[in-house]
Amino acid sequence: MSIWEYANPKKFIVTTTPLVPWIFGLALACLTVGLVWGFFFTPDAERFGSTVKIIYIHVPSALMAINAWLMMLVASLIWLVRRHHVSALAARAAAPVGLVMTLIALITGAIWGQPMWGTWWAWDPRLTSFLILFLFYLGYLALWGAIDDPDTAADLTSVLCLVGSVFALLSRYAVNFWAQGLHQGASLSLDRETNVADVFYLPLLVSIAGFVLLFLALVLLGTRTEIRSRRISALIARGG
Amino acid sequence: MIALLTRDLRLATRAGGGFGLGLAFFLIVIVLVPFGVGPDAAVLARIAPGSLWVAALLAALLSLDRIFALDHEDGSLSLLATAPLPLESVVLAKAAAHWLTTGVPLTLAAPALGFLLHLEGAAYAPLFLGLLLGTPSLSLIGTFGAALTVGLRRGGLLMSLLVLPLYVPTLIFGAEAARRGAAGLDVTVPLMLLGAISAAALAALPFASAYALRVNLR
Amino acid sequence: MLRVLDLACGRGGAMLVSGVSFSVPTGESLILRGPNGVGKTTLLRTLAGLQPLLAGSVDCPTEQSAYASHADGVKSQLSVAENLEFWAQVYGVTGIAAALRSFDLDDLRGRMAGTLSAGQKRRLGLARLAVIGRKVLFLDEPTVSLDDASVRLFNVFLRDVHLSRGGIAVIATHIDLGLDAPTLDLTAFQASADALGGRDAMFI
Repeated sequence: MSIWEYANPKKFIVTTTPLVPWIFGLALACLTVGLVWGFFFTPDAERFGSTVKIIYIHVPSALMAINAWLMMLVASLIWLVRRHHVSALAARAAAPVGLVMTLIALITGAIWGQPMWGTWWAWDPRLTSFLILFLFYLGYLALWGAIDDPDTAADLTSVLCLVGSVFALLSRYAVNFWAQGLHQGASLSLDRETNVADVFYLPLLVSIAGFVLLFLALVLLGTRTEIRSRRISALIARGG
Repeated sequence: MIALLTRDLRLATRAGGGFGLGLAFFLIVIVLVPFGVGPDAAVLARIAPGSLWVAALLAALLSLDRIFALDHEDGSLSLLATAPLPLESVVLAKAAAHWLTTGVPLTLAAPALGFLLHLEGAAYAPLFLGLLLGTPSLSLIGTFGAALTVGLRRGGLLMSLLVLPLYVPTLIFGAEAARRGAAGLDVTVPLMLLGAISAAALAALPFASAYALRVNLR
Repeated sequence: MLRVLDLACGRGGAMLVSGVSFSVPTGESLILRGPNGVGKTTLLRTLAGLQPLLAGSVDCPTEQSAYASHADGVKSQLSVAENLEFWAQVYGVTGIAAALRSFDLDDLRGRMAGTLSAGQKRRLGLARLAVIGRKVLFLDEPTVSLDDASVRLFNVFLRDVHLSRGGIAVIATHIDLGLDAPTLDLTAFQASADALGGRDAMFI
């Protein structure tokens, strides 16, 4: 019983049909528990007041923004090597979710930083890296949308994902270099202020779990939609 | 491969707008900057390195979508694909032609335009070196973007969306080199990194671009 | 000898032809026929290596073959001679004089290709084949926009230069080229509308 069995589109749909509602439910439960607990039932951190609570949304969404891209990278590699359509479609389904996660990370990061910086945006290295990641997601989605032939689109977007991943890593280093400016060594960074001991760890974990499950549920749902859409166009093409 | 390079250079010079257009665009963008930010010399001097680099990026982008599109339209690309030349060499020849017709002229023109923006004296050398080391990566990355979008109508805009984020590291190190040079700081790190990016792009991107071309020719 | 066994090929995810088998001995040619859209172009491109085959095998290494279609890659800003010399360099051969003569392009050798008529451009495109000297030629509608005199030039080239030196040619054409060659009608090999094997097979 190999995992590659689920590469068959029909089997994938059949297997995931009962699973998706459960995963959604679990995700909702974790999110509710994690966020409510984190926002309302933990004491305000002494130094930063209540806006630090946004960490319960910011950290999980930031984690998912990166993990979504990693998942797309793995799925792209599987497509390039083993030509499993489900893999390519899963990558396509994950992209919009990753895009939104990145956006949430950006917005919540800006909200978090506002009391510290006094402005709604600062070119902090972490936020800037996420902004670049946001652009990469946009490009990836745009390429998928621009190409008619699904196999060609899968091939080209997979190569883009590969090359983009290398450049994303490179950009991370470059942005850190850039943020030093002429005052080498000093940095204005959210990381410094992330003192997780200041906030309660457990609700954060639950929140992270909720985001992971939400991602999983959305990607499964998206992949199923992509598979069905391919099936419809295949049937139409045959005039069936 | 040299034959392809020579042919493309010949076509670029004869078709008109090969060398000249990119340079003219570069000049125009630089001239626009003071109109946008005001004529204060101190302000211009501070943004000069970045403005020159951004203008160079955009000028490089201009001529990219024609790299493969013309050959694709008249069928030469398919014929080249069936020729004894590996597609990777085709990509290299195209990128080299782009660099010679766009990257090198920009590199030579930048110091000349630097004085328009009151670029600090100490920044000229790092700017020039940075462009020299960085423009090859601009051509190689751009060729990759062009290979991805070769079959598409209006592919130029999409290609810009794909390529510009990939240009960010080169832009950062190039502009930083010029800025640090202006402040009298050490510039070896950013310059070496620029060279490293170009070298890595040279080693890896032709394969990715050739793969994309093969897919688009199917 | 070109041997094709049980070949299936397609375009855009749908299989067009399947079960195509034929062999062409050295020095001979084969004419492909069939209505528009049956798959002649796709078959030729697959044989030339531009598209992957969906099934079957082709016994002809791509290093020995060349492909030509109506999109003949003629560059308008290069002269006739420069166009041919480019291909000569790419394929590592010397001398374009014989090719110019075969296709009656001697007087035009210095002319910019952009100023040629459609027929002259076609002759230039075919002259490329004479220059590169590949053994197996896959030709898609080679004589479109050629007048009778030019078609005769092409025939002479094909018979006396290419085939007599041990070459092979597979030609898709609607026109009677006056070649004494067997024909293969692809209509017999058309894949049925619901044949599986295209890329969408897994989804249905």
